[in-house]
Amino acid sequence: MINGQNVDRRTLMERSIPGRIGTVLPALDVPAQPLPQGEMLRDGLELPELAEPEIVRYFTLLSHLNFSIDTNFYPLGSCTMKYNPKVNDEMAFLPGFASLHPLQGQETTQGALKLLYLLQGYLAELTGMKGVSLASLAGAQGEFCGMLMIRAYHHERGDKERTRVAIPDSAHGTNPASAAMAGFDVVSVASDSRGNMDLEALKDVADSHLAGVMITQPNTLGLFDTNILELCDTVHRAGGLVYGDGANMNALLGRAKLASLGFDVVHLNLHKTFTTPHGGGGPGAGPVGVNDTLLPYLPAPVVGRQQENGGDSFSLTTPEKSIGKVCGFHGNFGVLVRAYTYIRSMGNTGLAEVSTNAVLNANYLMQSLKDIYYLPYDRTCMHEVVFSARDQKARDVRGLEIAKRLLDYGFHAPTMYFPLIVDEALMIEPTETENKETLDAFIEAMRAIDREVSEDPSLVNNAPHSTPVSRLDEARAARQPNLRG
Amino acid sequence: MVQDVDQASGNNFHYIPNTEDDRREMLRILGIDTVEDLFTDIPPEHRNPPLDLPPPLSELELRREIEGLAARNRHLREYASFLGAGSYNHFSPSIIRSIITRGEFLTAYTPYQAEASQGTLQATYDFQTMICNLLGMEVADAGMYDGASSLAEAALMACRITGRGSVSVMDTVSTTYRQVVETYAHPQDIEINGLDARDPRITDDTACIIVQHPNFFGYLEDIASLGRMAHESGALLVVSTNPIAMGLFRPPGDYDADIVTGEGQPLGIPTSFGGPYVGLFATRQKYVRQMPGRLAGQTVDSQGRTGYVLTLSTREQHIRRERATSNICTNQALMTLVATVYMAALGKRGLRQVAELCYHKAHYAASLIGQIPGFSLPFQGTFFHEFPVQCPVPPADINRHLLERNIIGGLDISDRVPNGMLLCVTEMNTRQEIETLASELSEIVSR
Repeated sequence: MINGQNVDRRTLMERSIPGRIGTVLPALDVPAQPLPQGEMLRDGLELPELAEPEIVRYFTLLSHLNFSIDTNFYPLGSCTMKYNPKVNDEMAFLPGFASLHPLQGQETTQGALKLLYLLQGYLAELTGMKGVSLASLAGAQGEFCGMLMIRAYHHERGDKERTRVAIPDSAHGTNPASAAMAGFDVVSVASDSRGNMDLEALKDVADSHLAGVMITQPNTLGLFDTNILELCDTVHRAGGLVYGDGANMNALLGRAKLASLGFDVVHLNLHKTFTTPHGGGGPGAGPVGVNDTLLPYLPAPVVGRQQENGGDSFSLTTPEKSIGKVCGFHGNFGVLVRAYTYIRSMGNTGLAEVSTNAVLNANYLMQSLKDIYYLPYDRTCMHEVVFSARDQKARDVRGLEIAKRLLDYGFHAPTMYFPLIVDEALMIEPTETENKETLDAFIEAMRAIDREVSEDPSLVNNAPHSTPVSRLDEARAARQPNLRG
Repeated sequence: MVQDVDQASGNNFHYIPNTEDDRREMLRILGIDTVEDLFTDIPPEHRNPPLDLPPPLSELELRREIEGLAARNRHLREYASFLGAGSYNHFSPSIIRSIITRGEFLTAYTPYQAEASQGTLQATYDFQTMICNLLGMEVADAGMYDGASSLAEAALMACRITGRGSVSVMDTVSTTYRQVVETYAHPQDIEINGLDARDPRITDDTACIIVQHPNFFGYLEDIASLGRMAHESGALLVVSTNPIAMGLFRPPGDYDADIVTGEGQPLGIPTSFGGPYVGLFATRQKYVRQMPGRLAGQTVDSQGRTGYVLTLSTREQHIRRERATSNICTNQALMTLVATVYMAALGKRGLRQVAELCYHKAHYAASLIGQIPGFSLPFQGTFFHEFPVQCPVPPADINRHLLERNIIGGLDISDRVPNGMLLCVTEMNTRQEIETLASELSEIVSR
């Protein structure tokens, strides 16, 4: 990353010089056809005019203004920013995959369909679920599908009074937003003193209006909810279903199957646990897995296998009572190829090594920092740990400033102010792909910042100092929105 | 796979750096003997279940296996293709792959930490600028999942803005798009009405008219009069468009559209069996606070230098939770970057050129096929680069024949047009491919 001195920040449009071109296209090789009348045609198009080398240099410059996994450690809780294997991309770029049209005859796409079929099976095995649909394009869309399936299940049974979904107060914001999009009223459930969902509070809402509950396991405090069997049982006895947000699956690979704990439906984030790159915010993929009860409701398509003439063939199918389609085609295929590649690379033994090392690394960070940063729930954590900067706040430096100061040490900020139930939350997830030297350097940076909080708080409060820009005026951006050049 | 000679100190997984020594040292700090002690919160009867998955593979074995799967597919680099219908085969300049596989873009997180994400943010601002220019709209977001879900979000937004409960979908809109709109609208109790293009009618509960332009069959719609009709009764005009067509034709913004969505895939994104793509989403400035999705905005830093942040986030789920405008979080950012580099590379002249190449080649193909006895063009009007043809025999039979000649034919739309085949021609199709297609079609009839 380069710092902010003398960086030419002009936009693409500001760099445009009339007459330059960035690519040459072939000449027309058929007789020109009559164009429609003039008023249908556009007369001007404001796009940049730049030569190819200028474009490459521009985007390379922009790339130097980013942190990334390839260059920095991201201790970003609940985001599982782990190394993205290069072979995954190479496989997704194979012409046999990247140049495949989604509407080709299925006899010409058997390799792709087989890959999807196998991936469905692998994800079902990892979660213990009976069936998987790969159609949903991101975690939040997976949640939406899950909620729609729960809704369809109750409606099918004529049970239309179940209008509420219970969600713990520690949940990610997409949970309530997805439940609301699926037409449910959201009831927030408190957490108890150990960071578990408050069982008594859940029992209070477990009635004939409860459609289901959304649980992240381990939760966003990085803790395995030890009441899980009883929680699921409570919901089931009330006639509801249990939704599992698989955002934190990196802790459980090979260690526990959500279905056997009592979950009825779960989504997975392939861009977290299964190493597909975040790409600056996407694309991801949010496959959903379900037990027997919800199998007929899966979003379309689901890949099926037929055995005929001694061989297998694969085809796209629509489950009997499907909630319908949520995307134009068959899901984020390129992302699915990457996840498939990763699972085949790690295999049965490797995936358990992932959770083992992710959890070990998180506990090592917890142990090494809890004397300096307040630990609101002092128990063994899973793949991430949530500290509070309350002791630093008492010295007039907030969690946000600590996070910004970490950028100067070359580390991305942790997830901040989330979960909402921890004051000044700093949520840290190291993942299994960071080495011990990096973890030690991060520990040393966190300790150094704490010293700075005492000795030179303004240094921390005015951070970052080494990034391409200093602290940005977000209030101005929102007050006078400038959203285009 | 080859096992390490010394299992005790080795590590067989090249994405995981910890050695046994590292682990021992960390366990010592933790004061425990084994990593198993870290998993005791999991109920014992559910802990460490057997995992029925294949064993690990070395990269060499892995590539061999996956390349084998890829090799079983017939793809657009080997076959001439006339398939479109929402996913289009276009030329993608080499610089796109080179730029998007830079780790600094590919492996970056969502740009919430603006000071560490200026590259992604500025590129997003460039994207928003160019999409606004292309569609003739005032404000565009950082991208949605795909064209279909983007349209569904537009329907929900129109209902929020107007406070009305039904949407009218033209019968020339893609069936798949309509299905996705239904999936999103249904739980909100939003009613979906079909709109007959020959006799469009709406009610005072209609939140918006949804029109695809060019429509599913490739033809341009009279969006000006649809817009007048919508606005006269207080409804919005929502247009789903193809960005390449905007290189040649007047954009929906010129016709007073309120929300414009589209499939961004034609802007340099590979067909990739249907994804990842990116949804385009643009609207009027006055509706910006009702928009779904992320927005990058320009601002200044504490020293007065230009910089970018994600802004107006109080619309979004991480702030507003169940009252957010949408649940979208992760979007298709890298595909947004592909489209941005594509629009930069094609630029003002190139995008017009691509659109014209598509137009001329498609019309040339249509003129050849229209002359073949038994084949006809059932629709009147102006089309861009797609058109249905009515065939003398079932399209499935034709496509089987074409496949034997290394041609991927058009989409079988017999369910909408008797013996109908939807053909698409782009700059990727050479004159020879087009003429071969025409002669193969003649041969089929003459048999």
